[in-house]
Amino acid sequence: MIPVETYPTLAEAARAMGQGAAFLGGGTILMRDVNAGALPARIVRTTDPALTEIRVGGEAVRLGAGVTMAEILASGELAFLHPVARLIGGPQVRNMGTVGGNLFAPHPYGDFAVALIALGARAVLAGQGGARPVEDIVRDRGRLSGLVAAVEIPRPRGAKDFGFAKVSRVKPKGVSVLSVAALLSREGGRIRGARVAWGAMGAHPLRGAGAERALEGGALDAQTIERAARAAAEGLDPPTDPLATTWYRREVAGVHLRRLLETMERG
Amino acid sequence: MAKKPVTFTLNGAERAAFADEGQNLLDFLRRGVGDLTPKYGCGQGTCGACTVVVDGKTTLSCLVLAETVAGKSVETAAGIAKGNVLHALQEAFMDHFSAQCGYCTPGMLVSAKALLDRNPRPSREEVVEAISGNLCRCTGYEPIIEAVLAASGQRASA
Repeated sequence: MIPVETYPTLAEAARAMGQGAAFLGGGTILMRDVNAGALPARIVRTTDPALTEIRVGGEAVRLGAGVTMAEILASGELAFLHPVARLIGGPQVRNMGTVGGNLFAPHPYGDFAVALIALGARAVLAGQGGARPVEDIVRDRGRLSGLVAAVEIPRPRGAKDFGFAKVSRVKPKGVSVLSVAALLSREGGRIRGARVAWGAMGAHPLRGAGAERALEGGALDAQTIERAARAAAEGLDPPTDPLATTWYRREVAGVHLRRLLETMERG
Repeated sequence: MAKKPVTFTLNGAERAAFADEGQNLLDFLRRGVGDLTPKYGCGQGTCGACTVVVDGKTTLSCLVLAETVAGKSVETAAGIAKGNVLHALQEAFMDHFSAQCGYCTPGMLVSAKALLDRNPRPSREEVVEAISGNLCRCTGYEPIIEAVLAASGQRASA
């Protein structure tokens, strides 16, 4: 059996980490491991109400790390995140799985993190000043010290600037062959600061530099989309797993990016 | 081995039992409390056989730490019938042959009842979505979907 420590604040929980401790959020990742026999030395959790806070602003929204996918779907002010949250797990997992936990979900999970990376979201760590890009947190998650308290998500400037697609073999609930998100802010009809993020196309969710370069400065037209599709898998080395091989994922990445961009072009 | 007392509400009645540290809610309900309706399927959050309702939300009991339900309300398939009177969903599951081996059935009933409680006249798509977190390897789902739709009609006309 595993000792469980419950703290009233996230700061106290963060101080209690270390010595083989695993942090329990929604349970959909940690408890899987426990049930599979991979027992942590200690389980640390918190009842801190700040963890489930949603703060909605005009420019950005701040989601506590303990906010669940179902809570996002219940908030009309977070409509831009609904197409993403809706595709995470099944109904029960959406009632349990959290924003913070998704940043640590092992391959092929973590589709919400993919969207956050494309949106340019930043993560606030408990007791640490400032915020770090979610893509850095996800990249360093194996050696991260500290607990994620919240994520700050800039709202896309235009409702049509952000797109997300998840490709799975089983619907409506299936894990990702891959997922892809794009944030294409336009200035004078030209894409500026293009952000593309992939899920299941690497060891963890990550930026797609090839597609971003192809999109940058272009208009979102057939020619630019074709260029981005051709560059989609550049520099990406996706894993082979029971869902798809490395070869297959690289082969279809451009197809799915093209479809997403065409959907965004139609608006 | 440290045990923690857990007081909670199970299907409307106050219950108290000792949970082992690190024990999941499914194991606690089955071995500690004696409610055998939630089933152990995958232990990974994929199959939904362990589905219960915690404070109004369908939840995978195998992924919940038992001690975290202290003070909360837990509803299982054992609470769906009222005494000897079956719920419309249970009658409909029988009428439509919605169970073969029966292992997924309690979880299916819990998910379906949660749907009807918040949406008494769901569309077919809403039914499919509501049970998408529950795997059935016998029926091919159609008899289950039909039963939920039939039960929703029955409730509305009752």
